Order: sequence, then C-alpha cells, then structure tokens
Amino acid sequence: MYWRKIKDKIAAKSMLIGVAFVNSIVFLIALGLLIKSWPILTKKSIFHLLLSSAWHPLKGEFGFYPFIVGTLEVTAIAMILAVPVCLLSAIYLSEYAHHRFRELARVIIDIMAAIPSVIYGLWGVIVVVPFVRALGKALDTPTTGYSLLAGGIILAIMVSPIIISVSLEVLRTVPVQARETALALGTTKWEAIKHVVLRSALHGIFSAIVLGFSRAFGETIAVLMIVGNVPKIPASIFDPAYPLPALLANNYGEMMSIPLYNSALLLSALILLLIVSTFNITAHLALMRIERR
Amino acid sequence: MKSRKIEEFVFKVFMIASLVLVLGIFAGIVIVIVLRGASSLNLAMLIQTPEGGYYLGKGGGIANAIVGSLYLAFGALLLSSLFGLPIAFALQKEYLGRRLAHMTRLSLDILWGTPSIVYGAFGFIIMVYLGLRASLLGGIIALAFLMLPIMIRSIEEVIRMTPPELKEISYAMGTTRIETTLTVVLRQALPGIMTGVLLAFGRGIGDAASILFTAGYTDYIPRSLFDPVASLPLAVFFQVATPIPEVQQRAYASALILLVIVLLISLASRLLSHRCSRYIVR
Repeated sequence: MYWRKIKDKIAAKSMLIGVAFVNSIVFLIALGLLIKSWPILTKKSIFHLLLSSAWHPLKGEFGFYPFIVGTLEVTAIAMILAVPVCLLSAIYLSEYAHHRFRELARVIIDIMAAIPSVIYGLWGVIVVVPFVRALGKALDTPTTGYSLLAGGIILAIMVSPIIISVSLEVLRTVPVQARETALALGTTKWEAIKHVVLRSALHGIFSAIVLGFSRAFGETIAVLMIVGNVPKIPASIFDPAYPLPALLANNYGEMMSIPLYNSALLLSALILLLIVSTFNITAHLALMRIERR
Repeated sequence: MKSRKIEEFVFKVFMIASLVLVLGIFAGIVIVIVLRGASSLNLAMLIQTPEGGYYLGKGGGIANAIVGSLYLAFGALLLSSLFGLPIAFALQKEYLGRRLAHMTRLSLDILWGTPSIVYGAFGFIIMVYLGLRASLLGGIIALAFLMLPIMIRSIEEVIRMTPPELKEISYAMGTTRIETTLTVVLRQALPGIMTGVLLAFGRGIGDAASILFTAGYTDYIPRSLFDPVASLPLAVFFQVATPIPEVQQRAYASALILLVIVLLISLASRLLSHRCSRYIVR
C-alpha cells in the first residue's frame, strides 16, 4: 500500500522536473544565444548593428540591415500571395464544400504540411526559378530567377497549409445557429459568411496569419536554395536577397576563424528567435481566447 | 437583389479558383519530384555508399544518407519520447495547476514555432560546450529538441479528450494518479501517441536546418554516436547545388526517397490512429 503512494510521488516529481525543463528551454536557448552574442553587443551598439548595411566580416563590420530587410521583404511577398488564396480556400472548405470533400482536403493539407522544406526548395529550383526567369524576360527585367520573388512564391506555398488548416478549424468553431440566424433574415449565403461567420472568426483568422508569418520568417533551407543570397538591399522583386536564416545557415561552418563573426551570427539567431517568439505568443494568446469561448 | 447574387457568384468563383490553385500546386510538387526522382533512381543508388569521385559524377549511391537519416530520426524519436510522454501526461489537471499548465502550453507553442535553424545554432553551442564535434549524437540532440513540442502537443490534445468520468471511476476504486494514468489514460491516449510520435518522426526526418551544423556530413555510415552522419535532406541540399548532372540526379533521387518516407509515415499515422481508436471509451 505504502509502496504505491511512494511510486505515485516519484512519478509526479519526475514529471514536474520534465515540465520545468520544457518551460526553461526557451529561456535556455535565448540565454545561450545571448551569452554567445555578448562580445559583439559590447563592442557595437545594437542600433548600429541593426541599421548599418556594411557587411564586411573580415574588416569587423557587421550590419544586419540588408538581411533584416531581405527577410521582411521575402516574408511580405509570401504573405501577400498566400493570405487571400488561403482564406478563400478555407472559407470554401468550411462553408460550401461537402463534408466528405472537406475531410479529404484536410488530409491533403496535413500531408502538404508534412513535406520537408528541402523538397519545396528543390521544387523551387526545378519549377519556380525558371518561371521567374521567364517572367523577368517577358517584363524586360533580366534576372537569374534566383530572386526575392521566387523565394516569396515558395514561402507562400509552404505557409499555406498552416494558414488554411488553422483558419478552417476556427471557421468550423463558429456555431451553425449564427449562420442560420443570418440566413433567416434573408441574407445570401455569402452575406451570412461576410457579416457573421468572418466577423466572429476574425481573431482566429488573425492568428492563422500570424502563425503563417512566423513560419515564413524562420524558414531556412528552402529559401536559402532559391533566394540568391547576395548581401545587398534588393532594388526590385527580381533581385536576389539574403534573409537572416540563410545568412546563419550559409556561414556557420567558416565563421570560427574570424573573431566576432561567430558572435554576430549567433546574434542573428537570437534576433530571429525573439521576433518569431513574439509572433507565436500573440497567436497563442488569440487562439486560447477562442478556445475558452 | 441581382447584385447580391452576382457578388456571391464572383466570390465563389474566386474561392474555387484558390482551392484549385492550392491543390494543383501540391499535385505539381508531388508529380515533379516523383517523375524526376524515378528517372534517376536505381537499385545501386539505394545500397551503395559514395565511391571515389562521387561528387564528380562517378559511382556510388546514397545509402549513407538513407541509413544516416534513419539513425538520426529514430535516435531523436527515442530521446524525445523519453521526455515527451511524461510531460504530456503531466499536463493533466491532477498534476499541474491551471496557471502552470497554461504556461507550459505557451512554452510548447513557442518551441513549436521556433525556426529549426535556431535549434541548430543552439545545439551547436551545447556541442562546443561539451567538446563534441559534428556527430550523430549532436544531430540527435538538436532533432530531439525540434520533435519534443510537436510530440507533446499532439499527445496532450488527445489526453485532454479523455472523459473525466472514466478517470473518476478509476480513482473511485482507490487507484493512485500514476496507476490511473498508466492504465486508463494511456490506453485512451494511444491513438494520439501514435500520431504524435509519427508526426514528430516525419518532421524530424525531413528537417535540414537543425542538423546542418550538428550532424555534419560524411560518405560513410557512422559506426558510433560520435561519428558525423549523412542525411537525406542534406544530401538533397548539397547535391542540387553542383553543376554536374549526374550528381543532381542523385539529389532528385534523394528527394524522392525522402518524399516517399514522409508520405508513408503520414499514411501509417492515419491507419494506426484509426486502428487504435477502436479500444477507446468515448
């Protein structure tokens, strides 16, 4: 009898240790990165690092501005392309589609989300890059195809499963009665969706978009393969860019030999972590509010 | 009146077009990868490791990457299940207060969204601290971090579905918390555990950024935890960048193998969770 109680206590304590561990991982990662990027933070002011465009590691100049701009632009293109298409698809699946088709589409979208990013990247190299090159030729702006636009297109494809599945879940939580009330007042189906369903699902759709954004922001390999990687602020969407995650992935091997380089790169990881975490916390809180309803 | 109908019609057309676009692109991805991969895949590629001059288009295969990826993913799965299962069970209300449970879910969601390159960088810091070089062990640790939140969150979703009455019956018979957890809740959660584990495995085997610095790359199959290890995603990544067509072919083949593995896992998780849910009390 006594033994069973002891077993229960031991199990509970070890589970608690696990929980403490999980809660501390985020802080541990942030702390680890902060300690490693401390040397550069003490040498240069953070504003200088973030707003300077001089990237000459050999001379000890580390300006993150082009990389931050590159990340923001490629993510922005992805969101502009993905959000309307994904929301329209989600609304159709939730409101108009037969429930069998909806379930099938859900399965397909889950599988899409599971496809590794290298495969998206490879598809980008095979299909999107030549497409952008042809598009550039047609528009009289010669480009190699490895560009902001190609990166944005691939990112848009990669984030669409997340945006569609989260907004679909949210749209399904809107009670049927809400729709029926509107329909009983003589609205068309679309008007009921526009005025009732979308309005009450607004928070959830917002967090779906935020989740998509943060996924796009941190995506590394697929973007690295097709965005061109030139550390300059791109002048047009047909120019190559160099997002932060790509910078980190491309240079990590060689940086050991140059002082401060290591530190600068880990600072970029820290910036990435902080921005993405902020977005994830926002989305989490918005979704939790819906769940409680 | 008429304009309202037209508005609905126009939006409906847009919606269907969007959905066709999304599904069409997905089909396009699968078709392109399968066609390119299938035309460059052969048996020798599956069972040979790279030979001399491999990266100039001479003989050899990608067995090192296939085996390496399986080692990495299974190792990381083992490690993260070891931590993940108890933590998922701990999120029940018998163990944690509401506040702490909320905070843990928030932490898990942050971890879920953390870019894998950050795990890679963090894993590398740990390795430097421990004096390890790029190795199977390093890759396993980085991947386990990546898998942990995915696994816990999907197992926990299912554990929460356990009817409270069921647990109460068990408690009424005088069981302790851990006994109820291991006998009643575990069985209820089995489908969720299956999907969680397979989901984590699928994400882990396909991830490249986290193992880029931590696992390294090698032409050999590792013999110990401290050897560097090749992996399928990195095989795709490194080989597509070369200008030599024969080497690019191998990137396509690696991508196809990776895709097949991921699709099989996805299928298996659906079938298994369906099978296991037969034994569930609702």
